This record gives sequence, C-alpha cells and structure tokens, in this order.
Amino acid sequence: MWAFIHKLGSPKVFYALSARLSPWFWTAAAVLIGTGGVWGLAFAPADYQQGDSFRIIYVHVPAAFLAQSIFVVMALAGLVFMVWKIKLADMAATAMAPLGAGMTFVALLSGAVWGVPTWGTWWQWDARLTSMLILFFLYIGVIALRGAFGSRDAGSRAASVLTMVGVINIPIIKYSVDWWYTLHQPATFSITSRPAMPTEMWLPLLIMVLGFYSFFIAVTLTRTRNEILRRESSKRWVRDLVGEAG
Amino acid sequence: MSRPEARSAIVSPDRARGVDASLTSALYATMRRDLILLLRRPGAVLNPLAFFALVITLFPIGISPDPELLAIIAPGLLWVAALLAALLSLDGLFREDAEDGALEQLLLAPHPLPALALAKVAVHWLTTGLPLALMAPVLGVMLSLPLGSYGVLALSLALGSATLSVIGAIGAALTVGVSRGGVLLSLLVLPLYVPVLIFGAGAVQAAIAGSGVAAHLALLGALLAAALVFAPWAIAASLRISLNG
Repeated sequence: MWAFIHKLGSPKVFYALSARLSPWFWTAAAVLIGTGGVWGLAFAPADYQQGDSFRIIYVHVPAAFLAQSIFVVMALAGLVFMVWKIKLADMAATAMAPLGAGMTFVALLSGAVWGVPTWGTWWQWDARLTSMLILFFLYIGVIALRGAFGSRDAGSRAASVLTMVGVINIPIIKYSVDWWYTLHQPATFSITSRPAMPTEMWLPLLIMVLGFYSFFIAVTLTRTRNEILRRESSKRWVRDLVGEAG
Repeated sequence: MSRPEARSAIVSPDRARGVDASLTSALYATMRRDLILLLRRPGAVLNPLAFFALVITLFPIGISPDPELLAIIAPGLLWVAALLAALLSLDGLFREDAEDGALEQLLLAPHPLPALALAKVAVHWLTTGLPLALMAPVLGVMLSLPLGSYGVLALSLALGSATLSVIGAIGAALTVGVSRGGVLLSLLVLPLYVPVLIFGAGAVQAAIAGSGVAAHLALLGALLAAALVFAPWAIAASLRISLNG
C-alpha cells in the first residue's frame, strides 16, 4: 500500500497513470452533465412556487459544492506537500486553484441571476452568498500569493500555509456570517425551508453534482499533467517523451 | 578523569555560544527591543491613530452629517476604520527586521520561534490595537455614538484587535519576502478578519440595543484563544518560508 502511494507520488508514474485515467473522467463528466443538464433543464417538473427559474439550481448547487470541496482538497494537498514534501501534491493544488475560484464565481453569478426572479434583486446580503464571496476572496489570495514569490518553492509553501489557515477559518467564517445574518435580517427570503424535492427534481441534481465532480477530477488530472511537464521539463524522461512526440 | 577547568570548558553548547538565557528572558528581551525601537520612532505608533481619525472624518463628509444617521452606522464605521488602521500597520511588523537581518537572528536563536514571534505580535498589539481601542470612544463622540456603548466599544476593540494582530501576523510573515507586499497582505488577511468584525461590531450594536453583550465578548475571547493556539505555528512556518526562500 505505502509502496504504491510512494510510487504514485513520483511525477513520472502519475503522468503515465493519469494519461490512462483522464479520458474516463472526461467521458463520465460529459455524459453525466449532458444527461443531468437535459433532464434538469427540459424534463424535470417546474417548481410550484418559482416556476422554471428554479432550474438554475442544476448549475448553482453543483458549482457551490465544488467551490467548497476544492478548497478542502487544496488544503489536504498543501498538508501532504508540507509534511511529506511530495511535490506532486503541490502541482495538483496549483492546478486546482483556478478551477475552484472559477466555480466560486459561477456559484455567485448563478446565485445573483437566480436572485432576480426570486428576491427581485441581483444581490442580497444572504448568509450563504456572503460566505461564498469571502471564499472567493480566499481563492484569489492563495492564487495571488503563489504568484508573488520569485522562487517557485517558496511560493508553493506559502500558498500551502495560507490554504491550511484558510481551511481552518472557513467554518468559523461560515458560522459567524450565519449568525450575523440572523441578527440583521429576518429570514424571509430563505429557500432552505422549502418542502423536500420530489424525486424527479433531485435525481437530475444528483447526476449534475456527480458530473461536476467528474469534471473537476478530469480538469485536475489534465492540468496536473501540464504542470508536471512544465516543472520537470529539464528531466530526462520528459525530454524523451517530448522527443518521441515531436 | 579530567580536571574541573577542562570540564567547564566543554559545558553545554549554549554556554559555549555565549547563549545563557531562559525563554522568559528571551521573550522579555524581544519585547523590550521592539518597544524601544518603536518609541524612538513614534511615527509608527502615531500614524495608524491619525489614519483612524482621518477615515472617521471622511464618513460624515461622504455620507451625511446627520447625527441620527451617523449614530446608526457608527459601530460599524468605527470597527471597520480601526480594522483598516491595524491592517495598515501590519506591513512593518517583520519587514524592517527582515531587511536588517534581525529576523534571521530570531530564527537562529535557540528558543522556539513561535514564542518569539508571539512576543513581537504582543508588542504590535500593545502599540497599535490598544491605542486604537482607547482612541475609539473619542471618535465615537464625533459620530454621536449612543451613550452606554463606549465602554463596550473600547473593550471589544481591545479584545478584537489582539486577534487581528495575531491573524494578521501570519499574512505579514507570508508577505515579508515579497516586494510591495502591502496590497497582497490586505488581500490575504481581510477575509480572515470577517468573524472578528462581525462579533466586534455586533457587541457595540448589542450594547446600543440594550441586549446582552456578554455573548459577543465571549466569542471575541474565544476567537483570540483559538488564534493564540494555532497562529504562532503558522507565523513561524511562514517566517521560515519567507526567509529561506
């Protein structure tokens, strides 16, 4: 088991393995998002209160899930990188960060678009929107810090520390924002207390969530492969590989 | 069997290096040095206070001089302005020590770096957070902050700014090696300041509303306790990253 993990930590082995895995995840993502998207947007029944506008949920919720999970995965990768000095973990964290920031932005944007028909406004200082916005700033901070260092290694370690500090703070921020919101505003706009969704509504949602996760894994594998080539470009095996191809 | 003189020549490596200090005296020396340096150049202490007063002056000019309106938004304005003033002073926390090499000596010292870094942070709070907290009630008068909330304002700022200093030191340590790290520092640190702002400004608003402030102050204290436990290690790790590149 440990031997396998150690081997996996080697960029060369991971490069070969991910080459075989990534097409599967790309296919799964395309099929799941395609199915869930068509089902959710065209065939699922409309909500009795919100009508068709509720269908934004099929983009909004998966994006919000990913936005939060990616930060946690980045923090785990940062921990692995700091404790065991496995460079591959940092390459993966580098590859994930822009996707995480992008997903946070998609969640915010779809939330704002959704707000127009349900709340009558583009932006509401809703607790979840607010903590999502703060998460977006945390992503920007990690990406900016990594880029600010002259040496790549220092930037990687600094970004790892910041990600771990951030992940400890995310629950604290989440709960304090929740409390702040309940203190300030009556929860009239809440959409959490809706009756439970019927099966034909949440099944496409589940498919979309799975599809988004496959998409995340596929993008991470592909981007990590690029990162490996970029960082290991002076290594012999990369030169051999490029020589073969070109 | 060696003679006593010979033995005394090969005692502990600490003594051989001329280091003969306990952790307590090392902490005391660090704090004393930082305090003396700041007192010789009082601008570093006074500038954040001037900034605080100036920002508070801008709000009535920009929004409205109406006392009733100002009284409503005063708790938040005072807290945000104090937070920004504390943030502004963070950039200098480690920068000069890093430039003149003093920070490297701190890393080489035989004492745990988290403790020494915390001593520096304590001085930062003593010279930034505490004065801001003491000054806030005066500015509160200018914003016609309702009576009965002045004590809570000072107390919540004193307690909250300690957390701001401790968390902010992580950002300062991460950006000390980055040239023009000031904007980056705010980007890293401000999202982490949100809980302190919520409970700090919440305490003042609760005092105005007449509801209990104990919960808010207790939560500020809890944030400080958690920050004191976790942050020193993050500060030390960040300093090592920034200096060793």
